[in-house]
Amino acid sequence: MLGPVDYLIWITIFLVELFCLVILLKRRAFTQHFTIVLYLLASLATSAGRYLVLAATGFTSNAYAYCYYYSDAVLTIFLFFVVMSFYSHVFSEMGVSKMVRGGAMLLLGGTALISYHMVASSSDRLITRFANELSQNLYFVGVVLTYLLWGAMMKLRENRTRLMQLVLALGVYFSAFAGTYALKNMYPSSFIWQYFQLIAIWLPVSWAYSFIKVPEEARMATARVLAPNQ
Amino acid sequence: MIAALILAISLLTLLQFFVSYCHSVIAASRRLELSEQAREISGITSRTVRGDQFKRLVQLLALCPEPGGDSTQVRALSAYFNMLGLVRMALSWAAPSALQWIETERGGCAYVAAVALDRRIKYSRMLMAQQAGH
Repeated sequence: MLGPVDYLIWITIFLVELFCLVILLKRRAFTQHFTIVLYLLASLATSAGRYLVLAATGFTSNAYAYCYYYSDAVLTIFLFFVVMSFYSHVFSEMGVSKMVRGGAMLLLGGTALISYHMVASSSDRLITRFANELSQNLYFVGVVLTYLLWGAMMKLRENRTRLMQLVLALGVYFSAFAGTYALKNMYPSSFIWQYFQLIAIWLPVSWAYSFIKVPEEARMATARVLAPNQ
Repeated sequence: MIAALILAISLLTLLQFFVSYCHSVIAASRRLELSEQAREISGITSRTVRGDQFKRLVQLLALCPEPGGDSTQVRALSAYFNMLGLVRMALSWAAPSALQWIETERGGCAYVAAVALDRRIKYSRMLMAQQAGH
């Protein structure tokens, strides 16, 4: 059974995502960052869908567990689309964005195959345990992809401040979730896991901050991010 | 085993992304000049802001109405500032040469807080002007 704190976390995340979506539309950035809009819409729809399933079947039901973990996996895939769009922005002048997207799709397909192999070879395991491992793997692939992107941005001396902040915020989000899922796999019975969803607030808030405070034309040397006092 | 490995790598990347994110926020704020009003209210006299002024600036920030959008960033920088405090404590005897770098970083955090305070003071004055107009 969910308590008032859980509902508060849920509503806060929902409102923050809605706020970020409004900011994106208001700043007319939805064509340039279409995948972010897509992710936010998917996340809002997922939150509403989860609530409906919860209301109909209850918190401890299998239906809700399936709905929760698989919608989480789908949302992570939407985030991969966001990462790919960031790759396209970074490599737009080099004309290799198709290759990069192809590579990212291969990596995503590989993760799905490995996860499928895990299910096939361990059918007796709990569905929630499998879903945890799947989420952990997907988020970890996200960490790797974002880290490679950040490395490429450093190498190419990317200077678009807003793009830098969007990528770094995504890196923090992926790393925090991958770490939390890994910890959850190691200590599955702790009560604290139901509150770790609070991390989800980070991404829409930091993205909204970047769209509000950092103008599109703002530029910054990458060296200043590595050592800001230079 | 795999979970422990993923946890360790994720913590390292989280730290790196978080520090770089804080650096990008600090570097973006460094370009903004503080207004005379903000300097007067916060008691900042020189062009740079010292790290030990951070907590006072955050207290002042809490007194001003928020125009929206920066409270999470200030919280993230507070976390970074506290993390630097821990690193300073740990390194004070092992690597005294790092203390200067840490102090500059803490000063950067304080500058961001001062910029946020400046923004909030302007917002408060605008609200007061609007109320006076009605």
